[in-house]
Amino acid sequence: MHTPSSPRVALFVTCLVDLYRPEIGFATVKLLEQAGCDVEVPETQTCCGQPAFNSGDNRSARDIAIRTIEAFDGYEYVVGPSGSCIGMLHHYPELFETSDPWHRRAQDLKARAFEISSFLVDVVGLDNLAASFHGSVTYHDSCSGLRELGIKAQPRALLARVEGLELKEMKESETCCGFGGTFCVKYPDISNRMVGNKTANIAASGARTLVGGDLGCLLNMAGKLKREGHDVETRHLVEILTGCSDTAAIAEPADDRTRLARQL
Amino acid sequence: MQINSPRFKERAHQALDDANLQRALGNLKAGFPQKRAQAVACMPEFDDLRDQARDLKNHILEHLDLYLEQFESKVVENGGQVHWCRTGDDACQTILDICRAVDAKTVTKGKSMVSEEINLNAFLEANRIQPVETDLGEYILQLRGDHPSHIIAPAIHLNLEDVSDAFHRHHRRPKSDDPAVLMREAREMLRKQFVAADVGITGANFLVAETGSTIIVTNEGNGDLTQTLPKTHIVITSIEKVVPTLEDMTLFLRLLTRSATGQEFSVYNTLSTGPRRPGDLDGPENFHVVLVDNGRSDMIGSQFQEMLRCIRCSACMNHCPVYGAVGGHSYGWVYPGPMGSVLTPQLVGIEQAALLPNASTFCGKCEEVCPVRIPLPKLMRHWREKEFEKHLTPRAARYGLGGWSFFARRPRLYRLLSRVANRALRTLAGSKGRIHRLPLAGGWTDWRDMPAPSGRTFMQQWNEKKAGETAVSREKKA
Repeated sequence: MHTPSSPRVALFVTCLVDLYRPEIGFATVKLLEQAGCDVEVPETQTCCGQPAFNSGDNRSARDIAIRTIEAFDGYEYVVGPSGSCIGMLHHYPELFETSDPWHRRAQDLKARAFEISSFLVDVVGLDNLAASFHGSVTYHDSCSGLRELGIKAQPRALLARVEGLELKEMKESETCCGFGGTFCVKYPDISNRMVGNKTANIAASGARTLVGGDLGCLLNMAGKLKREGHDVETRHLVEILTGCSDTAAIAEPADDRTRLARQL
Repeated sequence: MQINSPRFKERAHQALDDANLQRALGNLKAGFPQKRAQAVACMPEFDDLRDQARDLKNHILEHLDLYLEQFESKVVENGGQVHWCRTGDDACQTILDICRAVDAKTVTKGKSMVSEEINLNAFLEANRIQPVETDLGEYILQLRGDHPSHIIAPAIHLNLEDVSDAFHRHHRRPKSDDPAVLMREAREMLRKQFVAADVGITGANFLVAETGSTIIVTNEGNGDLTQTLPKTHIVITSIEKVVPTLEDMTLFLRLLTRSATGQEFSVYNTLSTGPRRPGDLDGPENFHVVLVDNGRSDMIGSQFQEMLRCIRCSACMNHCPVYGAVGGHSYGWVYPGPMGSVLTPQLVGIEQAALLPNASTFCGKCEEVCPVRIPLPKLMRHWREKEFEKHLTPRAARYGLGGWSFFARRPRLYRLLSRVANRALRTLAGSKGRIHRLPLAGGWTDWRDMPAPSGRTFMQQWNEKKAGETAVSREKKA
């Protein structure tokens, strides 16, 4: 229900959440609605274009940027559950000459685009978080969110309000997990060493659940944790903030209950 | 130095499996970054100094010709000479000519990455002049026929046993694993060389335009002996090292050592201002500055101009998780790590060095610690743009990217593709929640599992939910 006081927010699902883990999308919507937002999911959104941008293919990146700017036209805010993809939206102005009208529109999108934890804490000041989680978690700071958008305190501030949750910081939480988008495909063995260092730090933290704000990094770390046989679950921040005990964690088999729920 | 950058992947692969190298790199990781963090924590104005240094460097680069000419006229006024060298070969030839003019047999050398860049040692040896490296790390490498793997800690890839072996083999002394004994041994060997040398060659950290001075920032004191004992002192350096005044130099000194080793000040900060003056107790009779361009002036006005702000502190490589995993030799040329991934394509050509700017996750740690705020990830991305424009990107990656971008621009097709991929991945995973082996994605599944999608795509589920809600509200209305 749109009321004058509720901001009209477009959810930027991001392609990995769309493909791999819809729960993150739904949890993001739930948090935004809890914060009093009127949430819509524009049909014409696809991917932010980062793979093209980081591969030096600026023409494709520009074409995708134009599509994305159009898809999110007219919304007061654009919010997504990823520092990396929202960070890419913040790069859009670099793709256009300042004299190009798309440059102004890219600037305009940049000003409206927020990663979910920073939106909840810095923009709307969510004050009715009512989640509980019984166990210990450790938080990985994904690079783009941390260094391009300054996301460090916000997720921790939100986690601190989750009843029963204990945060056990890992060593080197700010060190890259080695995902790096196409990097993990181009340099798989270096990427593997980096994620191996990361899982060692995660395991040493003693936390039972790894939490982060970017699904690309989480898929990488969850895949490595499982391959190495660690008894650590992996979840996106928004899953914890909305209460997630009824769904299987990333890379875990769905239990019978959730499988049944999904079939229905 | 031979360019091995095209073999980056192979060399990195070997480096990852090299237990000794990994042990040595472990020491680096535990050392420099923590020392830098401590030094920065003691200096609240550090970030303000970084801004000042960035702005000052930008100003210098806008007026580089002016400051270089001022520097030259001051050097001449002091009784020295400046030699302008467009290429590395020009610089080598200039240095050889100076050595021949004084009939030099041996030269001592302080640490200089520019001399590595222009292959000076090999050139002098080919012309029957023996260069002797006097920096301890460089000395060890010279004995081993090795090259630096780091710009300030050249032998960081070695362990104590490697040094012990090299000394035992070359010094013909009893083998020792005691660093103090090894240090004394090196000192004794080098002392003779310092006295015998006809020419001393050093690098320079900065050139001061207002005084015509050059400065070396060191911890061992070898540079001082190198430049004061022989009759001729040659400074080999590159054009972007000039700063306007002594005061400006101190701004960079405050940033340099803190960023590099975490020291507030290094042990020796030695200024050279012309040759020995009448009444001076020591110093060289001849003072030459060889200014190398070697492709740098092409960066002025280009997308890569900001790279010329670099003061060679090594903070970017000390903090880089890729450098930390594979070490400096993997990069295959003189300058490793993030700064090298930007500089090497400029100096040797993107055709040879395209793998380097790709060897980054763009995690941004390098930019975070750079004392002159060089946007290293952005500059690496500019090299990827050049690579793409020149069709150097591997064909498979190009086609893959082209196909993906075709779909990303067509939302309906993209949805269809997402649904197909989603279904395929779930089918492959079965009830396990993850995939152990995925065809065409061996780079991923050789090392880690591929998590499976947890259900149908978000868009499918969202649209169904919305359709359901609409149907319910229609029923209510009816």
